[in-house]
Amino acid sequence: MAWFTFLISGTLLAATPLLIAALGEVIVEKSGVLNLSIEGMMSVGAVVAFIVVLYSGSHWLALVAGGMAALALSVIFAFVVLLALGNQVVSGLAVGLFGIGVAGLVGKPYENMTVAPMQRIDVPLLSDIPVLGPGLFHHPLPVYLAPLLAVLLWWMLKYSKVGLVLRAVGESPESANAVGYNVVGVRFLAIIFGGFLAGVAGAFICIASSTLWADGMIAGRGWIVIALVMFAMWRVERVIIGAYLFGAASIGELLVQSAGISVPSQLMTSIPYIVTIVAVSILSMDGKRVRLNAPVSLGRVYLGTH
Amino acid sequence: MRAPWMIEPRTSLSPFLSLVPPLAAVLTTIVGGVVLLTFLGISPGAALFQLFLAPFSSAFNIGEVLLKATPLLLIAQGLAIGFRAKVWNIGAEGQLIVGAIGGSLLPIFYNDSQNPLMIGGMMLIGMLCGMGWAAIAAALRTRFNANEILVTLMLNSLALQLLYYLVGGPLRDPHGFNFPQSALFPDVAMLSLLSSAGRVNTGLLVALAVSVAAWLFVERSLIGYKLQVGGVAPEAARYAGFKESRAIWLSLLIGGAAAGLAGVFEVAGPLGQLQRVVSPGYGFAAIIVAFLGGLNAIGILFAAFFMAVIYVGGNIAQASADVPYAVISILQGMLLIGYIVARVFVDYRVVFPWSLAKVS
Repeated sequence: MAWFTFLISGTLLAATPLLIAALGEVIVEKSGVLNLSIEGMMSVGAVVAFIVVLYSGSHWLALVAGGMAALALSVIFAFVVLLALGNQVVSGLAVGLFGIGVAGLVGKPYENMTVAPMQRIDVPLLSDIPVLGPGLFHHPLPVYLAPLLAVLLWWMLKYSKVGLVLRAVGESPESANAVGYNVVGVRFLAIIFGGFLAGVAGAFICIASSTLWADGMIAGRGWIVIALVMFAMWRVERVIIGAYLFGAASIGELLVQSAGISVPSQLMTSIPYIVTIVAVSILSMDGKRVRLNAPVSLGRVYLGTH
Repeated sequence: MRAPWMIEPRTSLSPFLSLVPPLAAVLTTIVGGVVLLTFLGISPGAALFQLFLAPFSSAFNIGEVLLKATPLLLIAQGLAIGFRAKVWNIGAEGQLIVGAIGGSLLPIFYNDSQNPLMIGGMMLIGMLCGMGWAAIAAALRTRFNANEILVTLMLNSLALQLLYYLVGGPLRDPHGFNFPQSALFPDVAMLSLLSSAGRVNTGLLVALAVSVAAWLFVERSLIGYKLQVGGVAPEAARYAGFKESRAIWLSLLIGGAAAGLAGVFEVAGPLGQLQRVVSPGYGFAAIIVAFLGGLNAIGILFAAFFMAVIYVGGNIAQASADVPYAVISILQGMLLIGYIVARVFVDYRVVFPWSLAKVS
């Protein structure tokens, strides 16, 4: 049963950063902004977190620092799309490239160094359950905080005033402005919130799932996050399910190898991408459903008051 | 609270104004690059020289710039046609890779062939493969309404995995000591060099010809016009009976063909074989090139050239001063951010309420 424990444990560990970053991206997209620079933000978060752990030894400080570093990058993105009115697709790619470059540059002296992994906590009693215990209840704390955050955001979007304003801005910025909300301000806050979470996610990958920094270590997870949000049709509850599904798919490679089945590893690595393409195609087939769920102003430039 | 000013789109652009954003972006990048390298402990003069002047310092380096401009030019011309129609093909990198794979099949399986037609066949297969890869996105978009940004992004990752698998197994050189690369191509599978001093090859001429064709297509053909109307005014295009699905297919197939051809030019040019790395991000850089060039065939010519200078300058700085390769990505990002920011001042104008009052 060791493989089963490994499957559960690996899935949780792989899904956590996807969940954290995707939650941020949901908030950003709900406000009507498509942020394609997640990969760059995660990279920056990862490298800064690594350096902070290396010098301070504090993993929590590192998670926050990683988040703040990505937040700084997201301020650039916000400036470009909100004030410079840049096309969101192109701006996201540009800021993302910039971030990947900055991460590579800053991390150059630390390439392939390692740090101590984030401490795992044992959930009392539960972690003693055979098989399931070590798989489910022996993890760094953020693994459990991420779904909590998801529930919180789900509630916020659905029932709180903040959630209502956010959705209004994403659905119809003109009307939100007409009733007195500051569209650019709301979007700015959404973007930096998403940036912070993307940074925390990258930091988690670097100092909890793995313990070394290597250029390109985010390895396309930023793109998976964007896919995940669309796959979830911008609904938080589906983001949670999707994150764990994608997490499971991403460790399938290791699992198959350990089982001694000879499948090309590239095929296993490809599974999340294939799943995304198929799922998005099936989910988008019903155009009405996409229109119902997608924030109406997603990707549109907002010119401000006229 | 109301802002004390209003922003409104400019209705017409003077030719002079439209030159401002790309020039501002280039200037930003040059200044940014010099500042960046200064922080890395290189004197400003040396930084400026290595990044932006050394690429012109010898016939070999100029050849390198032209060599790297070739795929950028090809891909960006193809992408720009789609971008004008608001079809977001972000998958040129994947289409390039699949084109490189397809183009490599002939020289790998007919490795001792002397047939001078081989290079032509490779180009044809590579283009078809790039088109086929892009066609997946077109089919899913038109048939299932699947977002092409997402699908082309995923197809990039898939293409890379496909390449890794093939060069590690089925297409690996059997006499290559298990290195993940194919056999070296025979002479008939290689593009001929344009100059003995560098590595630039006849692919450049093809890219220039494609640029002319792209200009004619966009500015002079009815289909090009229809595509553009679909992008600028989708309602009007629909009213006029221009089908959206046709625009999507055309945009993606043109982009795929160009990127596939660029892939063939890499393996049949500087690489001479299929290997794990066939492109240092040309597919993404070309998106920047397309925008920097104002989605205009002539503008793209200059933009591709400047982007190639960044690649060569970055390589020179890496080799001579141990500057990390990541500087290239930073400069690419800066270039595009600079362009977008400068663009807003040109596309829109700020109107103050008091000036309106004066008019009325």
